[in-house]
Formats: sequence, C-alpha cells, structure tokens
Amino acid sequence: MNFSLKDEHVMLQKLYREFAEKEVEPLAAEIDEEERFPIETVKKLAKYGILGIPIPKEYGGSGSDNIAYAMAVEELAKVCGTTAVIVSAHTSLCAVPILEFGTEMQKRKYLPDLASGRKLGAFGLTEPNAGTDAAGQQTTAILDGDYYILNGSKIFITNSGYADVYIIIAMTDKSKGLRGISAFIVEAEYDGFEVGKKELKMGIRGSATSELIFTNCRVPKENLLGKIGKGFSIAMKTLDGGRIGIASQALGLAQGALDETVRYTKERKQFGRAISKFQNTQFELASMDTKTEAARLLVYKAAYMKDMKMKYSKEAAMAKLFAAEVAMEVTTKAVQFHGGYGYTREYPVERMMRDAKITEIYEGTSEVQKMVIAASLLK
Amino acid sequence: MNINDYSGVFVFCEERNGIVSKVSYELIGRGRDIADTLNEKLTAILLGNNILNKANELIHYGADRVIVVDDENLEIYTTEAYTQAFVKIINDEKPEIVLIGATSIGRDLGPRISARIKTGLTADCTSLEIGEENELLMTRPAFGGNIMATIICPNTRPQMSTVRPGVMQMKKKDESRTGEIKDVKVNFTDNVNRVKVIEVVKKEKEEKGIDEATILVSGGRGVGSKDNFEILQKLADSLEGTVSASRAAVDAGWADRSKQVGQTGTTVRPDVYIACGISGAIQHVAGMESSEYIIAINKDSEAPIFEVADLGIVGDIHKIVPELIKEIKTV
Amino acid sequence: MNIVVCIKQVPDTTEVKLDPIKGTLIRDGVPSIINPDDKSGLEAALNLKDEYDAHVTVLTMGPPQAKNALREALAMGADEAILLTDRKFAGADTLATSTTLAAAIKNLKYDLVIAGRQAIDGDTAQVGPQIAEHLDLPQVSYVSDLLKKDDFVIIRREFEDGYHMLEVKLPCLITTLSEMNKPRYMSVGGVVEAYEKEIITWTCDDITVDIEKLGLNGSPTKVKKSFTKGIKDPGEIHELAPTEASKLIVQRLKEKHII
Repeated sequence: MNFSLKDEHVMLQKLYREFAEKEVEPLAAEIDEEERFPIETVKKLAKYGILGIPIPKEYGGSGSDNIAYAMAVEELAKVCGTTAVIVSAHTSLCAVPILEFGTEMQKRKYLPDLASGRKLGAFGLTEPNAGTDAAGQQTTAILDGDYYILNGSKIFITNSGYADVYIIIAMTDKSKGLRGISAFIVEAEYDGFEVGKKELKMGIRGSATSELIFTNCRVPKENLLGKIGKGFSIAMKTLDGGRIGIASQALGLAQGALDETVRYTKERKQFGRAISKFQNTQFELASMDTKTEAARLLVYKAAYMKDMKMKYSKEAAMAKLFAAEVAMEVTTKAVQFHGGYGYTREYPVERMMRDAKITEIYEGTSEVQKMVIAASLLK
Repeated sequence: MNINDYSGVFVFCEERNGIVSKVSYELIGRGRDIADTLNEKLTAILLGNNILNKANELIHYGADRVIVVDDENLEIYTTEAYTQAFVKIINDEKPEIVLIGATSIGRDLGPRISARIKTGLTADCTSLEIGEENELLMTRPAFGGNIMATIICPNTRPQMSTVRPGVMQMKKKDESRTGEIKDVKVNFTDNVNRVKVIEVVKKEKEEKGIDEATILVSGGRGVGSKDNFEILQKLADSLEGTVSASRAAVDAGWADRSKQVGQTGTTVRPDVYIACGISGAIQHVAGMESSEYIIAINKDSEAPIFEVADLGIVGDIHKIVPELIKEIKTV
Repeated sequence: MNIVVCIKQVPDTTEVKLDPIKGTLIRDGVPSIINPDDKSGLEAALNLKDEYDAHVTVLTMGPPQAKNALREALAMGADEAILLTDRKFAGADTLATSTTLAAAIKNLKYDLVIAGRQAIDGDTAQVGPQIAEHLDLPQVSYVSDLLKKDDFVIIRREFEDGYHMLEVKLPCLITTLSEMNKPRYMSVGGVVEAYEKEIITWTCDDITVDIEKLGLNGSPTKVKKSFTKGIKDPGEIHELAPTEASKLIVQRLKEKHII
C-alpha cells in the first residue's frame, strides 16, 4: 500500500498548476460570462500535451497514465470547470475508446491528431428519448455498400461544434435490442453531419453543448468502432472511464472552492476578527477538507485501478457519485461563507457552485452511479 | 602574490557619451574616506575616447590622481577592450582596493576583470568599511534583500567590489584641489574585435526617474485597475511627487516597468513614500524601506507593509485618496 | 549547434518571509525554483533547438536535490542534463563556482554558452562573465534578444539608458534577462521523458581542474558575517474614516515639513 505520489506525478502536478494559474484562471470568469468556448486555451492545452495524457507515445500521445490524467482534470477544474470538461470529454470519451476498441488502422489514423490536440474529440450517446435509459437508441445506422448511413439526433453533446471527431452510438439492428447497438467514429466533415442548437446552461457555460443531427450521414464502414453489436458495451465501458474524468472535475471544483474559502475567511473580518477565528468556520472548513480528501482518494484509486488494468467500473461510479456530491456541498458552503459577496460574480465561488451541479448529472446521474454500485454489490 | 606589494584605492569612473556618471562621483566620495583611513592615495580610472578633459573634475571631487586611457577602442563600452585597459592598469599599479559602480557596465566588467587577475569580487555592495586589520569590509544584501552579508577578500589583491549606485555620498566640489593626471597607452589585442557594436540606441529620456523623486505615491494590487492609477497621479501632483508601483501592479499592466519599486525594480529612498494598496511583499519592502517617512494605506490590517510603515492607515484607498487630495488642497 | 545552459536551483525569494519577532528568515516551506533569468536562458536555447535543431545541455552545480531543477529543464525540452556535485565544490564563491562550471563545459561541445544574468538568492551576476573569461569566450551580458545568423549571433544588450545591438561570432557566452521571453511550461510528454532519461552526475574526478581552486578553499572572498537587517521601530497604525485619516496624514506631512 502506498499513498504517496510518484515523483513524476508531483512534477506533472506542478506543471498543471502553473498552466492552470497562468493560462486558464485568467479566462475563467470571462468565458463563463460570455458563454464562449475557449478555443485559445485548447490550443495551449494541445501544445503542452494535456490533450493526450494517457495515450501512448507510439500514437502521438504524452505516454503517461490515468492518475496523471485525473490530476490534470482536477487542477484545471480548481480554476475553471469548463476547461476541465473539455479535456475530459475529449480524452475519456473519444481518444481512449479509439485506443481501447479501435483497430490498428483506426488508431494510426485518429490518435496522433487527437492526442496532439490538432483535432478535438467528442462522444454522442444521449438522445431526447434515451437519457439514463441509454438502451432506447433511436439513431440508426444502416449498411449500404461501403458506408453506414446514419439518421437521427443526439443531444447535450460536450465539445460539439468544436470537435472534429465524434464517437457516435447508433442502432444497427433494432431487433437485437442492446446487442443491436454499434459504435462509430464520425468526422465532422462527413456529409449529412450537422451541429444543431446550442444549449444555454446553468454552469460550465464556456463549454460547447449542442445537438447533433444526422441526415443520411455517410460513415465509411471501416469507421465501425469495435465489433458490430458491441456498441452498448463500448459506450458503458467508455463511460466508466469518463466517470474518472468527471469525478476529477468535481474534485477540482471542491478543492478550488475550499481554497477560495480558506483565503476569504482569513481576510474577511466580522465582529472585529477574521471569520476564520470562529469555531463554526473552523469546524465547517475541517469537514469540507476531509470530504474533499476522501473524494480524492476514491478518484485516484479508480484511476490507479484503470492503470493497473483491474476492473474499476464500481470504483469509478463511487468516485463520481461521491466527488460530485462533495463538489455540490463544498461549493454551496463556500458561497455561504462568502455571504452576499459569494452570491455575486465578484468571487469565483458562485461560478464554481453552478459548475458543480452538472457533475451530479452528466455521464450518468448520481442515481445511475448508485445503480452501477448496487448491481455490482448484489450480483 | 605578495599582498603587501599592493597599495592605494582605485575607483572606476564610468563615462558614457562624454558624461561621467553620478555613481563615479559617489565612488570617489567613499573612496576618499577609505583612502584617508588607510592613509593612502585615491586614484580615479577614466576610460574612453577624447575624455582627457574630464579628468580634472574627478580631482575636484576628491581624487588624488587620475589614470586616463584615451583610445578609440574605448569610445563605446565593450567588455574586452575595457577589461584589457583595466587589467593593464591593475597589473602596473597594483592597487589594494578597486571599486566599480554596480551598473549594467560595472557588473559586466567587474567579474571579467576579477576572473582574469584571479582575485575576489563582491557584488552590489551597499556599505564599505575598513576593518581592524585594514581589510575592506564589503557589505551587501542577498537572498532577495532578506539578509546582509559582510564579505572580505583576505588573501588576494586587489580587493574588488561593485557598489550600488545611489548609496554612497559624493563630496562637495572643490576646484582648488590639484592632482596628477596620467595618460596611459594600451596595446589592445585582436580579441577586442570579437564583439562588434552595430547600433547604439538611446531610450527617450523619461520624466524624473522614481529613484530621483523626493515624494513617491506608489500603487499596488489593491489599486485594482489602470484607471485607478490616475487618482494616484492626482495625489502625486498635489504633492509635487511622482507615481511608482509594486511588481504586482506592473505585472498587471497598470504601470510601466520603469516605475517598479523593489528588489527586481528600482531601489528608492524618497523623503516620503506613500504605499497605496501595497501588501508589502519582502521584495517590495527591500526596495523602499530606507525611505525617510513611510505612509501605508491598506484595507488588510495584517498586511506586512504596516511593519515598515511610520504611519499606517487601515482603510480603503479608493475612499481615502480622494479625501486626502481635498485635504491637501485646503492647506 | 550545441548549446550549454547553466542553471541554478534557488529558493523562491519572493516567498521568503522574515520572522517579525526574531528577525530571522523563515525558510520552511519555501519552494525551490529554476532561477528566473536562467529559465529565460533555457527558453532562448530551446527556441534555437526548435528552429535549428540545436542540442541543448543543461548544467548545474549544487547538492543532489538540484536534480529537480535539471529534471524540470529536461521536461521543458532540454536534451541532456549534468549535475556537478561534490563536497569539494561546497562553499564556493563566484570565482570558484565559475572555475568549476568552466571545467565541466570544457568536457562538452559548445557553440553557445548561456547563463542567467543573476540569481535571485545571491544577486551577484558574476558567474556568467567569469565562466566566459575561463573559457576565453567573448561575453555579452544583459541580453534581451538573440537572433542566429550563420555562425554569428545578433544580440540586443540592455543598458539603463538604452541598448546596443551587437554582432558576435560563435562561440560566445551570453547572460540572459528574464524579460527576454516567457519560458514555456514543461509538457506532459516532456515530464514522462525526463523520468526516462538519466541525469549525468559529475564529481571532481570527472573534470580537469586544479583542486586548490575549488570550493571554500578556492574562493578568494569569504563571508565574515551575515545578519538580517533587524526590525524597525514600530510605527503608528490607525483604522480611521477617510476624512479623519486624511487629516492625520496631512498633519504628519506638515510635521515633516513636506507641506
């Protein structure tokens, strides 16, 4: 048992912190306010290898591991929830499934561009009538010669419009139910692919969230990801990995809000002394810190298990469930500690609280995480 | 090296475009005291082209003699030519002490000379004294101004030091003083041509530099924006002072880098220093703590700036400064 | 093109605080960083690597933990890193330090040697020029810009009142200002590679140098004493409304005959 980070991870943490503080934090309030996708940040993330952290060097990645990846999302989320989810969706939901389920040719074709950040990735599973019940897919893919023809739509797609490569889940054979679902690598340039209306959101407002529409979209048949009929399993495994990313985002938001609160309570004076001197403050801070640290242990453990090629589905679900709840609780308390100021956009905790809510919802709601955990418990 | 062969105090007089820099007179001032303590002579070294006529004035300010190397190779400063001339003088004259201004020239030239003649050099000294055994005690700040260290050079000669400009006192000019002026010729080697000056650019002369101001109104992170610096300018105007800034304010782009006070900026010692919204990081304090009277206004009562302030006001600069301007106008 | 960059690991002096009671330095928890001027020198070298495929070697003299600074330099993109470490080097002043570094550089191929203008802990600015003298190289210090042109470099050299544009034939030594550029961050892949590489360690036995010229014994200057500046008498502190505060300030300025 070893709870200390490797030297390599300590150095990466330093890199992420410097990058986050100098390149990400200064933009966080602005992109939230303007609901603007920070394309300039994406280019910088690419330059420093942050868009290909767990992708091996032979495919143009940084050649690091999932702990390093989780730490990156965490450090980014400490200052900007939007930037964190851009990295998470790109990495966990697009580059990694190609690495894990792709053919050698698919890996050679897509990974170098994705891992180096020349291209951005996204993932499409959710549909208007297939949310938590992901099996109710209505998007269809019908083989026609050398192409699959996709029809239907996806909603709430992170990075949409800015991504170049999408992993899309569609029904290839409705009669087979879950076993009739397949996964495809779809390029934004393909005919019949269209980005629909942009969602106006409560939080992570700089992140691009839109609908995707497929109208006789022609996808070359070699872009089938994994075997035909394996799409549902690919989607679920991809989401297992994605949950590590979102759990890291939640963890970062909690830590960021806690850091802000510690600073503020030391500065803010009421009744003649810093509010950090009051026992209620101290007890609350202690509890926020403890929960955040517990979330970190769950997140790092899930990432470690993925690195060790162990089964980590339940642990990822636990990490996401817990970290998201902690993020919501800690950011809410952070706003409370900031009082009236906390409710204004003068302080970042207001944004952090809005950003935190989504971590309880996307890539499987908290209820879905409980289903996963319970299923593993009761099998 | 027999260190008893070395005697006399030598100071380097830096000259650019025919003008001898202020630090040269400061070195003559301090060198004079040291030479008197040691009962030795004070020699000024003047290097340049067509500068023989500047030598007399160095005597008026306190030198006993001046060694001049007047050569076209010395027209514009380059390390190698100046080093060759300087090293020849040291080898011929065997001085006990050599002082050089810690300017961007002195701090380039000094180490090159010291490495060539293999003696010690102490950088950027703020105090020079003579010790009990007639050794030169060279005191300098280190560690970002957090510690002072007194350095000696016991076994090699000359004892060399670069000296921070603005710290030593110059003497009053005395035109009745007379002394020896020695014109020395140097045979330069080809090495002086290894660095070629292709262009010399002078920056626009700015308004009074912050190091020369007697009243400074200085703004930090608490000022909040570039626009807010205007109110500091108004305060400075009402006191006939100058605006300066902390590194945080300069980094934020609210003030020009030439206005930066601190270890990495300019060291200032005005009669009054008014710190507005400056927390007082140690590297800032290092650059202003010798100010005669320090007033600090900051809303954080625990800001370290209050530790060096003679008068500390806990409050909001945005409210106090406009009131203060009004109050000054009533006087 | 071969470039040697001399770096120093230093405590981040902006984070150092004085103990207000004892007047001593609080060094605990002060992070170690690559000296800022040196980091800009490394960035200048890496720019030349990007453009001309230069080979960049970073060199430092220090205790074993100075490896962290070298590792960071590798993670930024340096090709090779050498740590000079030996008890015999300890206690060196600038002359002994420059003698040691110059001896190490003599073991290497170089067209350009880069050092930071000065270190934020020692603030001497002397080691770079002294290395140049030991290697008989032309030197340019206070460099804010650099352009390579065939076997020359065009350099912008800063002065208090302006700047010079200089042309210097390689090989030469420059000392760089932190204003010169904005150093890149480490990259994730760079960190991974930095841990795959070995940091070369040289001791006194790996360089050709007169042992008398090293460390404390080889240092012509000695520290006689060091001290903190002590604490000033506490001033007066008031929490007052703007009007009262202004009146008090004006009163004090009058007392000081400023107004």
